Amino acid sequence: MANTALQADPSHDDAGHHDDHEHHENLAHHFDTYEQQFDAGKLGIWVFLVTEVLFFGGLFCAYALYRNLRPDVFAGSSEFLNTKLGAINTGVLLFSSLTMAWGVRCAQLRQHKMLAGMLAATLSCAAIFLGVKAIEYSHKWSMGLLPAGLYTYDPANPHPAGGPNYLLWICAPFAIGLLFVVGWLIIAKIKKDEFKVRVLMPLTVVFACFFVGVQLGTILESGGEGEHAAGDDHHVVAGADGHAEHGDDHAEGRADEHLEDLDQPNNLAIEKADLAGLEVLAQDQSNPGARDTLEALKRQEAVASGSVLQGDQRPVESPTEKRVTATPKQAGVFFSIYYCMTGVHAIHILAGMGVMIWLLVRATRAEFNENYFGPIDYVGLYWHLVDLIWIYLFPLLYLIGK
Amino acid sequence: MTTGAATAPGGVRDAGFVSDNENYLKNSSGVLSWMFTLDHKRIGIMYLVGILTSFLGGGLLAMVIRYHLMAPGGATTISNDAYNQLFTLHGAIMVFLFIIPSIPAALGNFLVPVMLGAKDVAFPRLNLSSFYLWVGGAIFFVGALLMNGLDTGWTFYTPYSTSTDTSVVMATFGAFILGFSSIFTGLNFIVTINTMRPPGMTWFRMPLFLWATYATSIIQVLATPVLGITLLLLIAENVMHIGIFDPEFNGDPVTYQHFFWFYSHPAVYIMILPAFGIISELISVHSHKGIFGYRFIAYSSIALALLSFLVWGHHMFTSGMSSVTVVIFSALTFTVSVPSAIKVFNWVATMYKGAISLTTPMCYALAFLFLFTIGGLTGLFLGTISTDLHLHDTYFVVAHFHYVMMGGTVVSFVGGLFHWWPKMTGKMFNEAGGRISALIVFVGFNLTFLPQFLLGNQGMPRRYATYDPEFQWLHQLSSIGAFTLGIGLLVAGLVLLHSLYAGRQAPANPWGGATLEWHCTSPPPFYNFKHAPVVGDPYEFANVHYDEATDNYVFTELPRTLVPEEPVKTPTPAGGQS
Repeated sequence: MANTALQADPSHDDAGHHDDHEHHENLAHHFDTYEQQFDAGKLGIWVFLVTEVLFFGGLFCAYALYRNLRPDVFAGSSEFLNTKLGAINTGVLLFSSLTMAWGVRCAQLRQHKMLAGMLAATLSCAAIFLGVKAIEYSHKWSMGLLPAGLYTYDPANPHPAGGPNYLLWICAPFAIGLLFVVGWLIIAKIKKDEFKVRVLMPLTVVFACFFVGVQLGTILESGGEGEHAAGDDHHVVAGADGHAEHGDDHAEGRADEHLEDLDQPNNLAIEKADLAGLEVLAQDQSNPGARDTLEALKRQEAVASGSVLQGDQRPVESPTEKRVTATPKQAGVFFSIYYCMTGVHAIHILAGMGVMIWLLVRATRAEFNENYFGPIDYVGLYWHLVDLIWIYLFPLLYLIGK
Repeated sequence: MTTGAATAPGGVRDAGFVSDNENYLKNSSGVLSWMFTLDHKRIGIMYLVGILTSFLGGGLLAMVIRYHLMAPGGATTISNDAYNQLFTLHGAIMVFLFIIPSIPAALGNFLVPVMLGAKDVAFPRLNLSSFYLWVGGAIFFVGALLMNGLDTGWTFYTPYSTSTDTSVVMATFGAFILGFSSIFTGLNFIVTINTMRPPGMTWFRMPLFLWATYATSIIQVLATPVLGITLLLLIAENVMHIGIFDPEFNGDPVTYQHFFWFYSHPAVYIMILPAFGIISELISVHSHKGIFGYRFIAYSSIALALLSFLVWGHHMFTSGMSSVTVVIFSALTFTVSVPSAIKVFNWVATMYKGAISLTTPMCYALAFLFLFTIGGLTGLFLGTISTDLHLHDTYFVVAHFHYVMMGGTVVSFVGGLFHWWPKMTGKMFNEAGGRISALIVFVGFNLTFLPQFLLGNQGMPRRYATYDPEFQWLHQLSSIGAFTLGIGLLVAGLVLLHSLYAGRQAPANPWGGATLEWHCTSPPPFYNFKHAPVVGDPYEFANVHYDEATDNYVFTELPRTLVPEEPVKTPTPAGGQS
């Protein structure tokens, strides 16, 4: 790195910039003006956002494809998602976009403290979002509402006892982070390191906000229409309540009705006549292709009817029994897409938080001014895109069954 | 031999030689000064070393494959499973580690800012990080190789890639990381070309290499994210069976093919478009004549970039798409041939009545023209549905894409490497050695891949470890050609390496080019240009004159006139350094 610093100096000399060096401390050596630097960054972030849109575009494409193929699965599975939590998160993210945009304004006006506050507010909203998401994820995981290959949801026993406490695992890194920040803050206070205190105070709030989100999610997931609100706090956290007696069992009941329809025999793709024809062809020793096709079709049929499960072979049940108890494996695809989309979105939230913590440090150093506010602006644009993607995810995932 | 020193009115401009403390290769030393450099030229050199190492690795795998195919039952003791791994790794290494980054990341990194008269790319840190992303991706590939290998073919088709025991997750994660490397390089070039052009360099005064790089960057930015999400879904499919691509969980393998080719067909143009850019420079400079049809070549690059997004389905004619879709994709595929043909005709027209110097870069450019034309024309057979059904997954396809990828991209990459080698290293290579390498490569290449067209047409399927005895003589011919080709590339490599310690010092403008990189010294100083250079027509050779005293081309100022006068007599070529 020393090398590059060395390189920068002579070039400034040559360009006659040396006198202005104090003024130009945030102007990279290969740019002529602040304007050029800002334009380059702005174009760069927009092109990056284009790649982000295409990245999510693949997921939206998969969503459109499978929703088109299995509309009932999507409508039914969507009932499992708690609209209240989704709506709260939508509001939180929208508000964070406001504080972010406000932050850009603060940077331009040299309101350094206000800027740090706005960044901290944005970060706190992001933490609340993740806290609510942690409740949603852990609740679904404990119910077995997982991607297709791991899907174990059983309508007869929607809340199986035992299993790991997922919420604890999700919360652990944030709890450790909170302890770390608080510890560091105390040390900084003792050492009277003013700068560190000014950075770590808002960060403590941010980490604490994650648990505010968790609490909010817990209340909304269990409260509202449920009569057993008192015990539900424990239930969601521990995932040990065997009965479907909590708030969202209405929703789950509706979801089960939808999904039961999927097990009708006519849902199987194979025509009996085709099978018979293939069986004749497969008799012929010289026709391995037909034999392979036949085996594949039979396997597909077995999979589609739910009688073959990954890992464990369940005994084949009669159709009437199956309608009541069998797990519609196809429902897994909704949760596959749900986890892929919201998961990738959550990773973007985390990445955005990382970058914003860096900006918070720089804002506390009062680095931004009317000439140099690019980084705030660029991260703001990124943050609006992350917000925007959630605005699409919310109706597409939460509201389609309503 | 030449018309002699500059006689035109006005001053003579020549950059002269660079001093050691300004030379970008020597201005700081030590491993760390390279590892943490933000200088686009050094990053380009690091890319060059990396991708040439990958090329060597992928090439050696190809040699083993061709040796194995000398006999119908296999000439070596390699098992059929091991053979699957060989061709998979050959393809994956060549595509992901070599060809995609070859021209844009290595030559492009070096040339784009210099051609723009800029000091660096717009985001030097991002540039360095994309190099390290490339390294990270390469480590994952090597890791996959060392663990369980990879035998899915470079396309990772499901359902095989979700059921095989080989290291699919590791390799796909490597490709995912390489994708980000590619995206960031493309993003950097788009922003650099948009915002850092010097005053006077309008879009239509840019060298065509920049146009090609720009078009390539558009594809990198638009297509690669789709590959990223596809590979991410494939990893998820392997790890937790999300049932999107895996038929065992009600997924659809053809969806995977659509997703994959939506990236990977445009990726073909990531590979070939920068090669077009190189050829435009090479043919014009070494013919000492302005490029013919500048605007058409520029527009056709953009047209190819856009059309490349509409034709991915032609990889899947036999995958069970609806017949209407197949017909539409076939029709769209033919539109690609229009801009490609425009380029070839313009290059040929550029040479017409030019003063052609048969230097090493020009020899490679001529080889490119011949090989790419064959590659392009055989593509028509594969775009036509009826013939494709016969030729699909045969050696015809193998021969076709090697003619385009290797005969096109690799040959032009090597030609470009010879062309800009004096600029990059400051050393002149041995001309005779270079020309001999071009000849061996050309002969070896055709000997390798022409027989494969015949093999494919006779029904020899690709990716088979063994074959019927009737195919043996063609396979042997192809293998002999492959070894010849390998020797040719080895000779080229040795000529270049030899120049590093025995080559004479390169002048600023050894070929007589008019683009901005020839205005600075060879090798350029770390800041590229002290003062923003004067921007003129990149293909105006009237003020480029051969100076016999220094065996160099110099720039002379032309009196400015409003009306074009009699065309200034182009100086006859230097005739190389022979």
